[in-house]
Amino acid sequence: MKYIDEFRDGELARGIAATIAAEVQPARRYRLMEFCGGHTHAISRYGLLDLLPPAVRMIHGPGCPVCVLPIGRIDSAIELAREHGVILCTYADTLRVPASGGLSLTRAKAQGADIRMVYSCDDALRIAQENPAREVVFFAIGFETTTPPTAAIIRQAAALDVPNFSVFCNHVLTPAAMVHIMESEGDPDAVALDGFVGPAHVSTVIGSQPYEAFAAHYHRPVVISGFEPLDVMQSILMLVRQINAGRAEVENQFTRAVSREGNRKAQALVAEIFELREAFDWRGLGEVPRSALQIRPAFARFDAERRYGIGYRQVADPKACECAAILRGHKHPADCKVFGTVCTPDHPIGACMVSSEGACAAYYTYGRFNVVVKEAGVA
Amino acid sequence: MSRYARPVDFKHGKVDLTHGSGGRAMAQLIDELFVRHFDNPILDSMNDGACFALPAGAGRMVMATDGHVVSPLFFPGGDIGCLSVHGTVNDVAMAGGRPLYLSAGFILEEGFPLADLKRIVVSMADAAREAGVPIVTGDTKVVEQGKVDGVFITTTGVGVVPDGIELGPDRIRPGDCILLSGCIGDHGVAILSKRENLSFETEIQSDTAALHTLTAAMLDAVPSIRALRDPTRGGLSAVLNEFAGQSGCGIAIREKDIPIRGEVAAACELLGLDPLHVANEGKLVAVCPPEDAERLLAVMRAHPLAAGAAIIGTAIVDPQHFVQMETVFGGRRMVDWLTGEQLPRIC
Repeated sequence: MKYIDEFRDGELARGIAATIAAEVQPARRYRLMEFCGGHTHAISRYGLLDLLPPAVRMIHGPGCPVCVLPIGRIDSAIELAREHGVILCTYADTLRVPASGGLSLTRAKAQGADIRMVYSCDDALRIAQENPAREVVFFAIGFETTTPPTAAIIRQAAALDVPNFSVFCNHVLTPAAMVHIMESEGDPDAVALDGFVGPAHVSTVIGSQPYEAFAAHYHRPVVISGFEPLDVMQSILMLVRQINAGRAEVENQFTRAVSREGNRKAQALVAEIFELREAFDWRGLGEVPRSALQIRPAFARFDAERRYGIGYRQVADPKACECAAILRGHKHPADCKVFGTVCTPDHPIGACMVSSEGACAAYYTYGRFNVVVKEAGVA
Repeated sequence: MSRYARPVDFKHGKVDLTHGSGGRAMAQLIDELFVRHFDNPILDSMNDGACFALPAGAGRMVMATDGHVVSPLFFPGGDIGCLSVHGTVNDVAMAGGRPLYLSAGFILEEGFPLADLKRIVVSMADAAREAGVPIVTGDTKVVEQGKVDGVFITTTGVGVVPDGIELGPDRIRPGDCILLSGCIGDHGVAILSKRENLSFETEIQSDTAALHTLTAAMLDAVPSIRALRDPTRGGLSAVLNEFAGQSGCGIAIREKDIPIRGEVAAACELLGLDPLHVANEGKLVAVCPPEDAERLLAVMRAHPLAAGAAIIGTAIVDPQHFVQMETVFGGRRMVDWLTGEQLPRIC
């Protein structure tokens, strides 16, 4: 497979691994947070941790859009389908996210709610056009990557004047979450993170520039990294070198897709349709100021929140679940009491166990033999 | 001279409730479609059941059943008809059996085009003939529109297992070799490529095939084979996890040794699927003692349905019975059961 196999070359990986091992300094710590679920997935799926020296520790960040969606928002989506009788169109990953009362979109669907899985928001608009007698809501989630398509579909719905289509907007912003992680301890210097593997696809849209103030202010290096395993290895090496040199810059490993400015056209489209929310509740992180988008008043008729008068009700995460600490990088999935026992990908308690990009699910699916092997004392 | 006023209209006709009512219309459909195409003396005798003698010195009998509800009914490389023959023939073959006879139960949806039904039955008849496993008895039911999706077919197969052949994952021992008969994921990707909301251009054909001549050759040459299984739903990872769980061993495989077509890998990449979880309908996994592995591999490669066979790993000592894989990247990871349904990634 051209253009993919090149980024999965084991020979090259071992070369980079050897360089990393040679360059890490015994007196230093390299606690690196990969922000995106895509990176978490690549690290787990390709067994990258086996290639890294013990001094380099990867901490899985909150960059899985499904994982950070709070229970209250899923409850609202279920309410739309059940109470308001709409056809709710959603990406597949959200279907199994646990909601209140033992529900999930999958269970609500089994009980008769009209919830349909779509592969793109175009499909949702098409379903609205094909079902003029029904109200159709697209359950929009995701970071900056999935926001431009949602903006485009709202603009298209307006241009075509589709009266029975609206969007339940839950789009969130990456830089705000990174800032929140640094600020949440009170003293940014106390945060146990030495550098960030920066978002890949998100950065194709927003560019590398938005992280510059972050890196300078918090004095933490950021390396924008592609999602292929070799990308991640190279980015780790770049972070090790910055840390060794005492630098805290934004570097771009993913130059084949990311520029400093990003995709201006997509940015303009997003700005036309969306505006900043004052605050948004993130699962695990709590309320994060100016970290999400809402639909501008000019497009209010396509805003499901306005159309159906949906208010947000905060719902506490299950007590036993350590998702909050894991999403902040304080705890490892294996530190959670319910990990792999009560909480598994088949029966997720916390959101990190739902999506294949969630830290717990990735760890359960690809890495848990390491934990068990260590505990069982088997070589 | 036909017993019926006019023949069944297989060009424009549709299945209606009378075709399952037990009356003349049903008898005519059975005569002009099923009996005509399945065409064998046992079925021709038109009894309620099939009566047959076992081959002399037949050993033990094996019986397997498989329901088929595939959507779409027609896909690149096959259709529900040949699939329903291959699926059950393979289940018998994986038990070490030589398949002898099949039965077929049809549940038809009112309004289903008779032309499509005929196409499916002809495909089943061809597959059965090619496999040398006649369909000797069957059943037809018709349900109201919307109660089933076109046609569901359940087939049951009986066969005989020669004395001396003992297959089962409980016989797998640490050190045994794991062999795979060829490229993975072809069937699942071929089906996915034709799903209504997911059309993409691919040349991939389903690998649907009857594997009993392959298993016969393998067992003939290497009777020490410990276990055979075909990686259908849940893919290769499901079979390996079944083997691990049922044998009490762990399993270690090497990603670089697992054959996969470039187009299948690309489609899985695009859809966010793990090819290890994608269904196959014409592949098998075999486990044998290490000293027999090279010989078994040679026998497999000499058969047209396993020309791409490979040794992909070994059974290991692991009290957790995990399946693990050395990735192409040089790291290790677990190969877990599929969770839920295969979900495309969104971000």
